[in-house]
Amino acid sequence: MTNGELTRGLQAAPGGRAASIPLMGNESEPTIFELSVPGRSAYQLRTTGIPQKPLSELFAATDLAAEPVAIAEVSERDLVAHFTRLSHRQFSVDLGSYPLGSCTMKYNPKVCDMVAGLPGLADVHPGTPAPLIQGWLGLMVELEETLCEITGMTAATLQPSAGAAGELTGLLLMSAYHEARGETRTRILIPDSAHGTNPASATLGGYDVTTIPTDERGLVDLEALKASLDTDVAGIMLTNPNTAGLFEEDIAEIAAAVHEVGGLLYYDGANLNAILGVVRPGDMGFDIIHMNLHKTFATPHGGGGPGAGPVAVSARVAEFLPGPKAKRNDDGSFGWGTPAHSIGRVHGWHGNALVLARALTYIKVHGSDGLRRVSERAVLNANWLRKRIDSFLPAAHDRMCMHEVVVTGTELKRETGVKALDVAKRLLEEGFHAPTVYFPLIIDEALMFEPTETESLQTLESLASSLERIVEEAKVTPESLHAAPRTTPVRRVDEARAARTLIPTEDARS
Amino acid sequence: MPDYTPHTPEEIDEMLAFLGIESEVELFAAIPLALQVAGGLALPQGMSEPDVTDAMLAYAAKNAGASSFVCFAGGGAYDHEIPPVVKALGSRSEFVTAYTPYQPEVAQGVLQAIFEYQTLIARLAGLPIANASLYDGATSLVEAVNLAVAGSRRATVWMSAGVHPHWRQTVSTFARGTSHNIVDAPLIDGRTDFSGLDSSEAPGVIVVGSPNYLGVIEDLDAVRALCDQHGALMVVAADPVMSSVLRTAGSRGADVVVGEGQPFGTPLSFGGPYLGLFACTSEQIRRLPGRLVGETVDEEGRRAFVTTLRAREQDIRREKATSNVCSNQTLMAVVAAIQLAWLGTEGLAEIATRCVNATRYLAEQVTTIEGVRLLLPNHAPARDVAVVVPLEASLVLERLGEEGFLGGLAIESLTQEGDLSIDPDLRSRTILMSATERRTKKEIDDFVRALAKAVV
Repeated sequence: MTNGELTRGLQAAPGGRAASIPLMGNESEPTIFELSVPGRSAYQLRTTGIPQKPLSELFAATDLAAEPVAIAEVSERDLVAHFTRLSHRQFSVDLGSYPLGSCTMKYNPKVCDMVAGLPGLADVHPGTPAPLIQGWLGLMVELEETLCEITGMTAATLQPSAGAAGELTGLLLMSAYHEARGETRTRILIPDSAHGTNPASATLGGYDVTTIPTDERGLVDLEALKASLDTDVAGIMLTNPNTAGLFEEDIAEIAAAVHEVGGLLYYDGANLNAILGVVRPGDMGFDIIHMNLHKTFATPHGGGGPGAGPVAVSARVAEFLPGPKAKRNDDGSFGWGTPAHSIGRVHGWHGNALVLARALTYIKVHGSDGLRRVSERAVLNANWLRKRIDSFLPAAHDRMCMHEVVVTGTELKRETGVKALDVAKRLLEEGFHAPTVYFPLIIDEALMFEPTETESLQTLESLASSLERIVEEAKVTPESLHAAPRTTPVRRVDEARAARTLIPTEDARS
Repeated sequence: MPDYTPHTPEEIDEMLAFLGIESEVELFAAIPLALQVAGGLALPQGMSEPDVTDAMLAYAAKNAGASSFVCFAGGGAYDHEIPPVVKALGSRSEFVTAYTPYQPEVAQGVLQAIFEYQTLIARLAGLPIANASLYDGATSLVEAVNLAVAGSRRATVWMSAGVHPHWRQTVSTFARGTSHNIVDAPLIDGRTDFSGLDSSEAPGVIVVGSPNYLGVIEDLDAVRALCDQHGALMVVAADPVMSSVLRTAGSRGADVVVGEGQPFGTPLSFGGPYLGLFACTSEQIRRLPGRLVGETVDEEGRRAFVTTLRAREQDIRREKATSNVCSNQTLMAVVAAIQLAWLGTEGLAEIATRCVNATRYLAEQVTTIEGVRLLLPNHAPARDVAVVVPLEASLVLERLGEEGFLGGLAIESLTQEGDLSIDPDLRSRTILMSATERRTKKEIDDFVRALAKAVV
């Protein structure tokens, strides 16, 4: 099959493939330091009229540097060319389909960026007195109330900067809750399918981790879970749907069992995109949840961040939330308040505010009806892809998935020696971002696809066709997959050398 | 209402048929019906982009931003020049809409920009290693304390009262989980005095801010000597702009240098997303939190960049990881690299010098007003200056707001009792002010006239 021949009567030139992006060759871009020419400059500053004294008249000589720290010296033109060229060496959602499982790389609406750049939002100092930030406080109150409705919770903090920060905040809330009841609990239960942040956060929260196995259904092993429960257990951290893309059907029974021993349930919101308007963590029995606004609510991920990880809680945990938080005053104005037994501040200011403004914009555009549509189509897309590729890349669990599907390359590897990593690298040549590979850890040769709701049927078909072609190729010329990718700005990189001969800065080169 | 999903009704029918189901409801068959939301979420229906924009504009109209008010507020967040070229490059969608660079073959743009960022931050810190960013200055300090406790194997942390109060509060919050023992060291005339602390339990970590929250440069040589005496690691929270002209904290013996990178191209943003700066010595690299980019080569020997020393990180090491950080602030780090390259060596030093002079001029002028004085008149202000006024600070700031000025930060509203070692009688009357390179002489003169009226 060639590029143009698509199955199922769909049109050619599907939208999701970025294989057509033009490149002017594949030489390395020099670093900004290599482009630097002493004496060249780009900066221009306002005329202030303020008389200037040399710093040597103001500060002790022992504190002053002999020379300013060397930056780079470039013209504005070279600056623009350099970073534009770097941008051309970077894949992104705006370029093409990005089915990176667990990361919810959906299209990021531009209106949200526009709102985040508005004067009156972007230019506000975080220490401005409350009467002069009524808009920001009102926005935060609306977002908190909205997130509580979506998750079925009572109150929320908007401070955590990302999912992991939300997790740690949630675990500190758990400690505060148990302490207030005069209890010391030492253990957190975490399924073996969980994201690595869960156990890492639990350790920083002062807890020991007990790992709960997954059963043959791909779900939490209920008997093993029950056997681990006692009054040492502070709580359990669950992702639902879990990282295998499956809904934990026993959640009501799990919740009852954990609550029975006095533990709390923590919901890792990484996969919230599957259930908007369908089912709410609060209704499942969860007590604490973080959301990844940069996943579910489409705030762009910026090449690794920023995110935002608000934490919402049930009524019994609300008094421990971080503060200060925005609140509605009795007279209808807005102000700050700190919950009665707050664990304290978890951010230097009020959270990643401009990310919060983007998320609220996204939520308001969608509304109650649109949010449900998001999840329906995310799940529809994932299942369509699952079934379409099942004959050559079978799902790890043969059943309906939620918003993402984990397939296994075990058979492919046995037959051809081609690994999940090779498939991922070869897919890059096809103009798609790779799926998440080798996660969850419990699935052999895992490839995790999360198409998201913003990808079209044509894109899904194109992705499936590429995968089909790759699997065929593996059977005939497996070496071509080991050699992939060949058309990208660089080919496979020597990671061992990077770690062995560490060069983390321009100045570390020998 | 249209949204961002592309599916036509015919396509949905086709896809459902392919799956052998009748409707979207069946997609959720695994979810017990009793748990499902009945009747939809209690939220308004979706609105069009223009309608939502109007709603968000209405919020924006109720805030006093620095483009319509003249800003003298600092304290860790500063109103610096951000030129169109930095905004244009920093908003390129390849940088904005990428994920973490897990596939280096298609992420060289972000990886190389981070490499350049790491180089710049390491130079400003005077240390060999800088990571790819953390959430903000406060979080960087939390991670620095965690690293230094692990490095010294001692959980007692001597913390200067001059460190940003919010950062200290954040450290205290997270110390609930790690059980670190945070001991506060008071300020005397604006500088940290560790002499009165009980050293029977030797500190593993000593933390100081320089310039500190009150704009005073600390005696870092003395702090290093104290660290040597106790075998402690030295953590410095440094202002990154002043770092270009002051001797670097690393060159004065700091093991870890952290800071708030917002001044490097990130708008005031109501406090976030900001940029946590983090640098350390080579000895501590195995304990480094967050991602690190390193240079290597590809299969054809071409230079390439990749995230490295990954075995420290949570997705591999899980409960034994050095940190739980996954998402960081990469976009802000890329923007910082762009802003710093725009400034260049001379421009960054020029900014630092201009900020010092503008704040000095501000301090000189406000003290011509009767009843207004500096809290710490013995120090030339570096970055911020604490000004004592004759009335409640919050009232004075409210009056200044009516005249179009963001007059600074009311110390009392942002701190807890005991923070900054300010005389209890003065706390409610102290305003932290700062003037950046964007403030003109006329703006400062107008502000001083408004302040003179506001304090009577």
